[in-house]
Amino acid sequence: MTKIQDPISDTPIKMNRIQQKLQENHKLLSIYFTAGFPSLNDTVPLIQDLEKSGVDFIEIGLPFSDPLADGPTIQKSSTQALKNGMTTKILFEQLEDIRKSVAIPLIIMGYFNPILKYGVEDFCRKCKDIGIDGLIIPDLPVDVYHSEYQPIFEKYGLINIFLITPQTSEERIRFIDSVSKGFIYMVSSASVTGAKSGFGEEQQRYFKRIADMNLSNHQIVGFGISNKETFQQATKSAHGAIIGSAFIKHVMAEGPKNVESFVKGIRK
Amino acid sequence: MSYHANEKGYYGEFGGAFIPEMLYPNTEELRRQYIQIMQEPSFKEEFSKLLKDYVGRPTPLYFGERFSNKYHTKVYLKREDLCHTGAHKVNNTIGQILMAKKLGKNRIIAETGAGQHGVATATVCALMGIECVVYMGEIDIARQAPNVARMKMLGAEVRPALSGSRTLKDATNEAIRDWINNPVDTHYIIGSVVGPHPYPDMVARFQSVISEEIKWQLKEKEGRENPDYVVACVGGGSNAAGAYYHYLDNEEVGIIAVEAAGKGIDTGESAATSALGKVGIIHGSKTLLMQTTDGQITEPYSISAGLDYPGVGPMHAHLYRSGRAEFISITDDDAMKAGLNLCKTEGIIPAIESSHALAIFEQRKFNPDDIVVVNLSGRGDKDLETYIDYFGL
Ligand SMILES: Cc1ncc(COP(=O)(O)O)c(C=O)c1O
Repeated sequence: MTKIQDPISDTPIKMNRIQQKLQENHKLLSIYFTAGFPSLNDTVPLIQDLEKSGVDFIEIGLPFSDPLADGPTIQKSSTQALKNGMTTKILFEQLEDIRKSVAIPLIIMGYFNPILKYGVEDFCRKCKDIGIDGLIIPDLPVDVYHSEYQPIFEKYGLINIFLITPQTSEERIRFIDSVSKGFIYMVSSASVTGAKSGFGEEQQRYFKRIADMNLSNHQIVGFGISNKETFQQATKSAHGAIIGSAFIKHVMAEGPKNVESFVKGIRK
Repeated sequence: MSYHANEKGYYGEFGGAFIPEMLYPNTEELRRQYIQIMQEPSFKEEFSKLLKDYVGRPTPLYFGERFSNKYHTKVYLKREDLCHTGAHKVNNTIGQILMAKKLGKNRIIAETGAGQHGVATATVCALMGIECVVYMGEIDIARQAPNVARMKMLGAEVRPALSGSRTLKDATNEAIRDWINNPVDTHYIIGSVVGPHPYPDMVARFQSVISEEIKWQLKEKEGRENPDYVVACVGGGSNAAGAYYHYLDNEEVGIIAVEAAGKGIDTGESAATSALGKVGIIHGSKTLLMQTTDGQITEPYSISAGLDYPGVGPMHAHLYRSGRAEFISITDDDAMKAGLNLCKTEGIIPAIESSHALAIFEQRKFNPDDIVVVNLSGRGDKDLETYIDYFGL
């Protein structure tokens, strides 16, 4: 594996799969889905199929009873996954051997309470053992992460990914950039997750404004990306884009088997 | 030890602001300005004028003689039930609507469970001519028809929360989502001392008028500002926070918090958060909350709709953990009996939430010369149907 310098400790660390992927010179596609949905044991086959169909990252959603940053689609999939019996422990069991079959960067996206309940350090250790590369925890603010949890995440080689929005101040974006080690999750507009009809001039100006800040981390756009057109709009100035709700809708309509047609439709 | 929030909104290990980045600008704007705005002379003047002329403050501190005789101790009732709209909730909504105006907001959102806070919010929005959207769980809408009608009469839009368990916690999630989607023009009026910093502290400050009045009223009646005990029921904890506020750092005053045991703490149908809760994050605050071993938030139960919140404000989690307050839980049956008892002894029909606080005298003894102030947080009009069903009236 390639070596890079850790900017904080100056010691060489192994490059994480996310960091490697970000060096590729094309627009990256990340797909989010809720673990344990539509059926409890769909998690692993979905990951395998998504890798085969050529996506660049996978975000595995750890379902939560109260997902307050999510719109109706992800709420529904989370409620169903919990009804199916999904828990943190079961997800880890399902993923136990995942690195025997896939090489793609894997990110777990979940709310903070289940992680806190599992034990933050235990959770991070387990992620490392399995081969998880990064975490997105929308309700763990960068300030709290920085003052309380950063050393634990780093001890287990996990990249924590932070969100910015059109309302985030420049000063705060620079702070988030300084704490980030992978990419910055650029939320497309002030909203919860869920597909919108497209990106207007205002969003394009925002994407451009952030691109012009010359941040040290790449930006990947999420929220409201649903098809080829919105993917292209979002990645005009950003390095990649994340699709969640639209993919879950596809799974709701067509079942978990036919992911390739969805991915090809975005990429063609 | 301090029992007030520090500048980051922590009460001991509890509190803070565990919010998605999308909410950061909203709460940050509020955090930077709330104390300064509340201290402006023009704000203070308007707030106290409305509390006096519109809400009907000061509310009486009433010595319940027959009630006291029955329990061989001196019991004063702080009559928040006499506030306009029937409960203490309006103290907070008056404060927050003035705050919203100062911040230049022209749209208000709120969550409600039983509908008391929804009505209090719709009321102040009507008073100020500001658009109001109240989120309410679909199940609660069906259970609380009169309050839904009140909100509509007052001009509010009542939006059903269809997600999760379709009750108060989900209505709160929906209100938070609305705030994420409308970050610039909207103010979120939270109904209790819950949510991310600065809400718990801001709401406690607005409710602190309760103990401010108790101090001078008790001085007038007993020649002393401090009772031996202050007692209040705790759902999220706003009436309790207001009743305790000016006594928190005065350890001579005993603090008693009363939670809803529902059908009993061990029955699986309870809302006694201090007994059943574990540390976690709910609605942006680190506090005690009822959850599964997997960290999923569970549905509480109480006969009283105002007490069935799965968490508790961070101030109360700290009062519990530090031992500053004594926590007592009261079952549905004991609360209902205590409610009827107040009707018969004092001619006051209490809200079922408040009946929980009144019920402690059956199980906790006080000295004959103890002065015990009970915060009578609301009146029982909204609960008539429950009283009728329960007692077969
Ligand atoms: C009369 C009354 N008392 C108490 C409560 C509980 O709320 P809190 O604990 O915030 O005072 C409610 C809530 O609806 C209420 O209506």
